Amino acid sequence: MMPDLGAYAFEVALAYAGSFVILVVIIGLSVMQAVRAKRLLDETERRSPDA
Amino acid sequence: MSLWEYANPRKFMATTDRLVGPLFLLAALCLGTGLTWGFFFAPDDFRQGSTVRIIYLHVPSAMMAINTWIMMLVASLIWLIRRHHVSALAAKAAAPVGVAMTLMALFTGAVWGQPMWGSWWEWDPRLTSFLILFLFYLGYMALWSSVENPDTAADLTSMLCVVGSVFALLSRYAVNFWSQGLHQAASLSLDRDENMSNEFWLPLVVSIAGFVILFIALVLLRTRCEIRLRRVRALELRERVP
Repeated sequence: MMPDLGAYAFEVALAYAGSFVILVVIIGLSVMQAVRAKRLLDETERRSPDA
Repeated sequence: MSLWEYANPRKFMATTDRLVGPLFLLAALCLGTGLTWGFFFAPDDFRQGSTVRIIYLHVPSAMMAINTWIMMLVASLIWLIRRHHVSALAAKAAAPVGVAMTLMALFTGAVWGQPMWGSWWEWDPRLTSFLILFLFYLGYMALWSSVENPDTAADLTSMLCVVGSVFALLSRYAVNFWSQGLHQAASLSLDRDENMSNEFWLPLVVSIAGFVILFIALVLLRTRCEIRLRRVRALELRERVP
């Protein structure tokens, strides 16, 4: 199923692998920060009488 | 209904709560389809061989690198003119996504340039303006985190965003302004004779759609995060008042 990438197999694979890593990092960081912010707000609202 | 209703954080949070999940799913579907189609089923280019497959990452990420800054510019202008906090926070939230897109465009461009131009990097007008845009993104994020007062930070970063827009536009039109350098002109064209063949164009359009939807999903998610953190700061300040 793998296409024949010929002489440029390394470059094409490197471009896809590097881009995949960048996408995973930005999505992962965003989700982690969102989860942390939600938890922090829940805790602060529970403790704060004005919330 | 007016667009300005979404300047209300409560309204923004309620509306986007239902949108973020489906947008991530749609982005995964488009990216999965476009990249699989491009990598496995699109043909080689007669001149560039299999390296043409890099186009399905390089063009969408480069487009989004510029468009993210344009979105930040619009949000910054809304902040400067109408003082809506959600727009300032949306601009702040978009910056890391822009960094990722610019980094991806620079990286895939270097990896593509090596076999085609014989060099990972050239001080070509488009490449150089993209590198400056990347530095502007980093400077924008550094400025946000170095100013304690959020409103002052929003003012200063909005001004930086307006200045940096020159480089966002230069990145887009550098090839037209200076007819020198190695980088080619736009890959996509409305002119049927100039545009690429459908075999390459269709998977590219699906990939671009995936990147655009992923960008929207990430910016909404990150803006929601910034709104929550702003609320935490406000509550903590209230707690300190005797």
